[in-house]
Amino acid sequence: MASGSIDQDNRMNPSPRGPSVLRFAAPQNFYPLAGRLAPWFAVTAAVLTLIGLWLAFFVAPVDATQGNVYRVIFIHVPAAWMSMFIYLVMAFWSAVGLVMNTRLSFVMSQALAPTGAMFCFVALWTGALWGRPTWGAYWVWDARLTSQLLLLFLYFGFIALTRAIEDPRRGDRAGAIIALVGAVNVPVIYFSVKWWNTLHQGASVSLTKAPSMASTMLMGMLVLAFASWAYTLAVTLWRVRPMILERERHTEWVGAVLDREGGRK
Amino acid sequence: MLSTFFAVLRRDLLLAWRGRADVMVTLAFFVIVVCLFPFGVGAEPNLLRAIAPGVLWVAALLACLLSLHRLFAQDYADGTLEQLLLSSEPAVLWVLAKILAFWLTTGLPVVVVAPGLGLLLDLEQGALPVLVLSLALGTPILALLGAVGAALTLGVRGGGMLLALLILPLFVPVLIFGAGAVEAEASGTGALAHLLLLGGGLAGALALAPIACAASLRISTE
Amino acid sequence: MMQWESWSAFWDMGGAGFFVWGSYGVTFAVIALELVLVLQRRKETVKRLLRWRRAVGKDGSGRAGARMES
Repeated sequence: MASGSIDQDNRMNPSPRGPSVLRFAAPQNFYPLAGRLAPWFAVTAAVLTLIGLWLAFFVAPVDATQGNVYRVIFIHVPAAWMSMFIYLVMAFWSAVGLVMNTRLSFVMSQALAPTGAMFCFVALWTGALWGRPTWGAYWVWDARLTSQLLLLFLYFGFIALTRAIEDPRRGDRAGAIIALVGAVNVPVIYFSVKWWNTLHQGASVSLTKAPSMASTMLMGMLVLAFASWAYTLAVTLWRVRPMILERERHTEWVGAVLDREGGRK
Repeated sequence: MLSTFFAVLRRDLLLAWRGRADVMVTLAFFVIVVCLFPFGVGAEPNLLRAIAPGVLWVAALLACLLSLHRLFAQDYADGTLEQLLLSSEPAVLWVLAKILAFWLTTGLPVVVVAPGLGLLLDLEQGALPVLVLSLALGTPILALLGAVGAALTLGVRGGGMLLALLILPLFVPVLIFGAGAVEAEASGTGALAHLLLLGGGLAGALALAPIACAASLRISTE
Repeated sequence: MMQWESWSAFWDMGGAGFFVWGSYGVTFAVIALELVLVLQRRKETVKRLLRWRRAVGKDGSGRAGARMES
């Protein structure tokens, strides 16, 4: 993707000599840190997923009204949470990038986007499969489902824009602007869709999900939410690493990293 | 300061007048899209009346989308945009002038012909003023939001499709309240709440979009 | 097996097997796909950058005409 001619200022700031935590905002410090942390997050995600699945299938009781179908909730709700949360984090990093001019923040927001879109898709897919037996249709134009769909489109727009612009500097900033514009619009979209929905919704569709939630159900959901959190961290850090290498390819430290990688094969 | 605003507005309107064929094409597109619907869904008057607000609004939205790439493309190609950005005048001001000129040449004609098309779709005559009002309040929001997208996609390959992908989700609230206003009036529940929300949206877009648009133009011309 | 009498009851999910396993199956398939793509991208980037470095000279100073082949 990112191609461009070489120029000296094609580097991420700030300088590597800073005190405290800010030191890790420098790519040559962040790169190895990301490499060290990612496996731990991945292991945490895997363990939490196993615990969560065990709670979901073997501990949580059958729902009195919905039967076993409700077990979809254990991935549906965490995925929906994550998809919204990741968009907010993306917008946060975009704002940080625009204000502080730190290129690593832009890279972070771009690395988060595909995972956010993935969770968005999972939420829609599981929602559809859950909807068929409970509401009798794979899709209803419910406020939550519809806003989720629009959120997926926002993710697509962000990803498409940052990929289409060749110059990474321009792509970073353009993506940041659209992420912020999207974040401002997410609540507007949600409330407008909700308003529209209350006017149009037929009486046949009632959307009470899992009325009285047993505490074991809540536990399972929370554990899987933490699992998807850890997963997001792991996969984002893994995705950030090659992006940093690509952008910092003119520096000596990337040269050293590449020599190590090349020698390993 | 205001002289810049009016100078840019006058210049853009003059340019639009010279290229009035483009303006006519947008308008013709709007009319044709609306006229396609009876062929697609059948000429049953009750059905047409029911879908008229949505059809008119979606067609207006698409017409706006199709003409958006014209907003900055010419000035970007001939370097005017860079000159304007280098000038000491506040960018927000002339950006707003350009968006206003754009709306006057693409949004306003749509607002004017919409009632006639409403009659073609058998829309209740009492709802026509609300249709005009909702379009007059809503299409400027489309132009303001679209301008940000147009600025970001300047000179990008596949820009047209990308622009649609970027801004169509953002247009959804406008579509909901715009078409909703007409529908509410036609069904007798009153359109005031919808129109107030559209007005609020317009005020918000007027305050925020020119700033985002000016920043986007800086990014795209750097 | 606190909730289920047998494995077949577990897979059947009270008749909702298709919906439950369709949800979980696709979710984990998508996650696996994402992981594969991320790892693949890393390998591919390293390979491309190594090639690029050889093209511009080992010290990375061969500035003239050095462009990334995307």
